[in-house]
Amino acid sequence: MTSTTASHAADLVAALLFILSLAGLSQHRTSRAGVVYGIAGMALALVATVVLAAQSITAGAVLLIVLAMLLGGAAGLWRARRVEMTQMPELIAVLHSFVGLAAVLVGWNGYLEVEAHGSAQTLVAGDLLGIHHAEVFIGIFIGGVTFTGSVVAFLKLSGRIASRPLTLPGKNALNLGALAAFAGLTVWFTVRPNLGLMIAVTLVALALGWHLVASIGGGDMPVVVSMLNSYSGWAAAAAGFLLDNNLLIVTGALVGSSGAYLSYIMCRAMNRSFLSVIAGGFGVEAPSGGDEEQGEHREIRAEETAALLAGARSVVITPGYGMAVAQAQHPVAELTRRLRERGVEVRFGVHPVAGRLPGHMNVLLAEAKVPYDIVLEMDEINDDFAGTSVVLVIGANDTVNPAAMDDPSSPIAGMPVLRVWEADQVIVFKRSMASGYAGVQNPLFFRENSSMLFGDAKQSVDAILQALPGQAREAPAQPVRQRTTAG
Amino acid sequence: MSAQVPTHHPPQRIGVVAESTPGETRVAATPATVRQLLDLGYQVVVDSQAGAASGFTDEAYTEAGAGIGDAWAAEVILKVNAPSDDETARLRAGTTLVGLLAPAQRPELVQALAARGVTALALDAVPRISRAQSMDVLSSMANIAGYRAVIEAAHVFGRFFTGQVTAAGKVPPAKVLVAGVGVAGLAAIGAASSMGAIVRATDPRPEVADQVRSLGGEYLPVDVAQEAGTDGYAKATSADYDRAAAALYHEQAQDVDIIVTTALIPGRPAPRLVTAEDVAAMRPGSVIVDMAAAQGGNVEGTVPGRAVVTGNGVTIIGYTDLAGRLATQASQLFGTNLVNLVKLLTPGKDGRLVVDFEDVVQRAVTVVRAGEVTWPPPPVAVSAAAPEPAPVAPAAPAEPKPSRLTPAVRFGLLGLGMLAVFLLIAFAPAQLAENFTVFALAVVIGYYVIGKVHHALHTPLMSVTNAISGIVVIGALVQIGHESWVVTTLSSVAVLLTSVNIFGGFAVTRRMLSMFSTAPERR
Repeated sequence: MTSTTASHAADLVAALLFILSLAGLSQHRTSRAGVVYGIAGMALALVATVVLAAQSITAGAVLLIVLAMLLGGAAGLWRARRVEMTQMPELIAVLHSFVGLAAVLVGWNGYLEVEAHGSAQTLVAGDLLGIHHAEVFIGIFIGGVTFTGSVVAFLKLSGRIASRPLTLPGKNALNLGALAAFAGLTVWFTVRPNLGLMIAVTLVALALGWHLVASIGGGDMPVVVSMLNSYSGWAAAAAGFLLDNNLLIVTGALVGSSGAYLSYIMCRAMNRSFLSVIAGGFGVEAPSGGDEEQGEHREIRAEETAALLAGARSVVITPGYGMAVAQAQHPVAELTRRLRERGVEVRFGVHPVAGRLPGHMNVLLAEAKVPYDIVLEMDEINDDFAGTSVVLVIGANDTVNPAAMDDPSSPIAGMPVLRVWEADQVIVFKRSMASGYAGVQNPLFFRENSSMLFGDAKQSVDAILQALPGQAREAPAQPVRQRTTAG
Repeated sequence: MSAQVPTHHPPQRIGVVAESTPGETRVAATPATVRQLLDLGYQVVVDSQAGAASGFTDEAYTEAGAGIGDAWAAEVILKVNAPSDDETARLRAGTTLVGLLAPAQRPELVQALAARGVTALALDAVPRISRAQSMDVLSSMANIAGYRAVIEAAHVFGRFFTGQVTAAGKVPPAKVLVAGVGVAGLAAIGAASSMGAIVRATDPRPEVADQVRSLGGEYLPVDVAQEAGTDGYAKATSADYDRAAAALYHEQAQDVDIIVTTALIPGRPAPRLVTAEDVAAMRPGSVIVDMAAAQGGNVEGTVPGRAVVTGNGVTIIGYTDLAGRLATQASQLFGTNLVNLVKLLTPGKDGRLVVDFEDVVQRAVTVVRAGEVTWPPPPVAVSAAAPEPAPVAPAAPAEPKPSRLTPAVRFGLLGLGMLAVFLLIAFAPAQLAENFTVFALAVVIGYYVIGKVHHALHTPLMSVTNAISGIVVIGALVQIGHESWVVTTLSSVAVLLTSVNIFGGFAVTRRMLSMFSTAPERR
């Protein structure tokens, strides 16, 4: 066993551990083990690489590696500990941008190590040189798109720039033009590598990433974030090709295909194709959808809502991004607990694209200690609305819009939605009568059985908690079971 | 199928008839449900002494607003059991009969009813969909029977259920095994664990494990793969499974004090779960309640309708009327289920029964309509078993977009793709070919590994893949220190950035996963 074969072996074991890690994360029961596998794989890969590298570089360089890792690790741990669960989408986006930038830097280094030396270089065999040129370019391109795309996503998610879609004239032509330019530059570079082309392709990639995400509206963010996740994987795989490193290729491909699959789930939840999401959001068609009033809405006060809930048999809560914005998950969880103590059946219906990140609502509710077995997916709960006494729509809009089913001309026609209106009574928590991200008016608000509870979602839920009668009318339906065995 | 009815029609009469089946204690309506039927606009006639065995006097019915008289003369007849031949002969054409008709098992009864020109609704044919739960008589009766099975066992069993330490010595808790976790099994688990017993349960469907735990039981899996049915009932099991299950039962028989078996397969004899050997392995004084006795029994040695004691002192209870042994409760739930069905059939609340075949529930229960046999109904998929991904959309454009590719085009494209990959690898240098092989296989693995991810775990999955994609750090690591200071600086920056990713990604994932929990307050 030489140090090189040992390093190859470590790469394979690490790759297998990563596969186990992803497999583990697909179920609650095995998810924690999944993270442990992932950490073990990463630790193994890092140790093997550093040990191998340490044999051929100076002590100063090793020190530099350790210093950079310590610094980066400390920053990462600090952010991970401090981040609010409502800010998860921003954090994920910013982390994606790091992978993208790192891939760009690795690509540039590949150029500086090989191509910059012209014919004097010795690292790459002559017949592989053309491929190396192309790999440098592909790596930089994917990395660049990931980097600026993630930065824009981060800025939109954190509200630093407006989340409205940017609509430049001929934006699809711009995207296609950028792709064509990339293809042309790559061919040119393989024939005649030079610094000018490197700078050009980097700029094209950065501009494309920026434009791509800037022209997508806030409502499509779950797709964008999982798409960027996928890109960051492809960027890592491209770096693997460049460096002839199988571990990088395997890991990048795993992350890339998993991200692509998540994007696919999100797109299916909106009944749209991936291309149509990339090519522009709902907002493009929205103005024609009309902002005209469709009827009278009824208002309800918190006290009345509390009375309604106290008398209900079953309650379904459908949360949306508004719950995250208002940080209302804790009072909502408290409300859930109080109602369940009274014997009211409380469940949550989560639309796949609720929030700004796949699974966003689940994380928020878990943070607030809502048991995950009462948090159901759209398909699991949609048939049960008909037998539900009260539905609370908290900060959701487009995902509960009956126009998606009833109105073929609606911009969101065909999107599967939560059929909340089949319940006896629907209460919509909303700040005003403004339309949702899709810019589409919601006929739900004017239905006979819906009432609007205006105001900040957190304050509204708090007010309901205050007004909720303290004494349960009857004993809880589920008596506490005695267990005679220990544990 | 319009529900238009001229308003000048007089309301129909609902007849609640006395049950003729020997040993039947239930009645199809109680004074409480009679009031609800009156609210729907009907008049109600009750046979004299119809509720006597359930503890409801004629006076109680009169007080509720019913008349006492010949219930068989009414337009709508509510019944518990299927009618006898004599009773079928009393039915007039145009009458609607509602009861447990077992149409699958008794085709001759369906024919006889059709010959009388009546409309017959089978309560045991209510589909298992969420909306129809309020009418599901089989579920409500199974619930009572499961509870009663535990009570019968406790009655015969010579010890406490709960473990106690008393001045007179220590009493160990009883151990109960429930075989088959349907409604009856769950009720039995709940009853036995609330009496303090240690309860274990087994079922071919692993998805019931959470339900078992929620009622205080322990789920014993049989480690063989088993597919879930699409109709909400358990399916027949494979030979491998049966062997593993037999071993489990034999092992448990030696350990537990009480076994309650509830395994039924629709339209077939009950599966044999407990053999004579297993019974012989049980301790003297143990009790078995075989709730499938009427369908042939899950236990070898069961005598339907009776309790027998084996040679080694084990009592096998084979009562087939467990629900009826709680007559008042059973009649109350049965009656309420019936009211819910009648409510569905009376859209105008005007005392006129209308059967709407557009509605899947009404379609499913109707076995004969005005003399015409309408059994069996088209199948209804149960939401709990296999949620269809496609939404039910009324407007045609709202359907999910169908694939625009015909199979021929799709195969053509696939072939072209494969050819492209082939040419690429065939002409690429060896090193690139190897890299591509690894890449292609990893993409496929990634797709399948992620394929079944739970929706709640999307965010943790994403943050962990994010941490893993920090593996690009390796690219930067191998570049440090080899070249000019420019390369080293750039790589160091890359190492720093990806380290944020790796450590931050894993840490935040762990933090998120630690928050996910099932109902802590239930424990």
